[in-house]
Amino acid sequence: MTTETPGDPVLHTHPGRSPHSHDDPLDASHAHAHADVWLSDVSAGYADRTALEHVTLAVEPGSLLAVVGPNGAGKSTLLKLMAGLLEPWSGRIEILGAPAGRESRRVAYVPQAELVDWGFPVTVEDVVMMGRFPRLGPIRRPGADDRRAVRDALAQVGMATHIRTQIGRLSGGQRRRVFLARALAAEPDLFLLDEPVTGIDPATQELLMDLLEAQADRGKTIVATTHDLATAAQRFEQVLAVNRTVVAYGPAGILLDADVLAAAYGGHVLQLEGRTVVLDDAHHHDDAAPGERHFHERGR
Amino acid sequence: MDLVLEPLGTTIFIRALIASALVGIVCAVVGTYVVLRGIAFIGDAIALGVFLFSTINGYVADLFSFLLGNVLAIGPDDLVALVLLGGGVVLVVALLWKELLYATFDPLGAAASGIPVDRLEYLFLALVALTIVVSLQAVGIILVVAMLITPAATAQLVTVRFTRLMLVAALVGIGSSIVGLYLSYWLDVASGATIVLVQTATFLAALAFGPRGLLARRRHAADLALDELAAEARA
Repeated sequence: MTTETPGDPVLHTHPGRSPHSHDDPLDASHAHAHADVWLSDVSAGYADRTALEHVTLAVEPGSLLAVVGPNGAGKSTLLKLMAGLLEPWSGRIEILGAPAGRESRRVAYVPQAELVDWGFPVTVEDVVMMGRFPRLGPIRRPGADDRRAVRDALAQVGMATHIRTQIGRLSGGQRRRVFLARALAAEPDLFLLDEPVTGIDPATQELLMDLLEAQADRGKTIVATTHDLATAAQRFEQVLAVNRTVVAYGPAGILLDADVLAAAYGGHVLQLEGRTVVLDDAHHHDDAAPGERHFHERGR
Repeated sequence: MDLVLEPLGTTIFIRALIASALVGIVCAVVGTYVVLRGIAFIGDAIALGVFLFSTINGYVADLFSFLLGNVLAIGPDDLVALVLLGGGVVLVVALLWKELLYATFDPLGAAASGIPVDRLEYLFLALVALTIVVSLQAVGIILVVAMLITPAATAQLVTVRFTRLMLVAALVGIGSSIVGLYLSYWLDVASGATIVLVQTATFLAALAFGPRGLLARRRHAADLALDELAAEARA
């Protein structure tokens, strides 16, 4: 039996806001001062297509936040807004206490694996070293400190032995590890990861989640989109469900709430003997937005 | 030995040698990025380069030398301009190679971490245009595209590390310029075309024998097949 969407599928209220969270994450005046990521009534899109409307959101430092939602819900767009890669049509965005894009050296953004040119003649070491470039600034060459940071990051993701391998020769899981290593090498305060655990083996998934958890424990903020609701519910601390706007925001447990899922995924939710199943094509990639295409083609 | 030293007796040849070596390096260094990002945009850069060239030098009346260049016609003043411009291009790349690499490989990740990707894009377009200005007199407009692309394409068959890639491309660029100029002197043929043909020969050699070339790939495939056979035999 299919659970019907209760009323308007684009909810401007936030039914999943948890009774457990003592301070209201969406109370702007309070959250603004503390939040690493703060959006106020943000709308955005590509050309004539609206991707997100009226998004209001505050993410506290040290959060481990999964952004979930169906294809085309605006997950990647939300991440790009946070990264300063996309200007909002309206609304305000502050990242690490400054307008988006201002504190960019403290931000590490990892694009979807599909957007990377894996034939590019760079080694694993080259890619991870790129994480050090912004802090080096122009002119300065990577030094011993940077090489050490690269080695440390690769050791953390278990890729130390592949340092000289061209990235195209890596498996899907290894590629995700290398890109996470690049983010780690940048030593950012905010990680923005687009589908970091999609389409990889369980062992790699566990390893990457352990690393992200450790970063969050150290006060770093992690925002990751994912199609994988099981991972979101089990391994993340908070969940943000989006479907063109914020549908629900709260502890990961809210994903067990059928109403939240119904609101996020519209009619594509099944209730089967107490279990909730989302009918979503997890490997079909949404957001073939003009902006993305553009970058993709330029990448190669 | 005389074959090498004899042409050096004439200042025209020495100037031509310096000019073509410089053009070889500049084209190879800038061309590395051209090859990596694909060449869809190169038409714009060529147009800009030709435009700049015609404003700087006054319009070149001789269509033949415009199309094919004539490195032996480079005068002392031309050489000074060439060294300054070409040196400038190489200097900019030497200072910004990291940022250009990051912006080429992952424009989203680079922009998100504060690399000014858009401004680098314009700067790079300007670098290609200047490279074309530098190269026109030596090799002409037809051959400059080959000069830009062949060394980096050759280097890709030899190494997968970016810094080595650029080094190998620069070596191929300068080496084929010197060899090509000598060949054109001995054989009494057009210098620009000879330089490009030497580059092409280098590329073909790398394609056949390079560590990432066809033979290496076949050997790799054969190894895999042997491994499989051995595994089957064991089973």
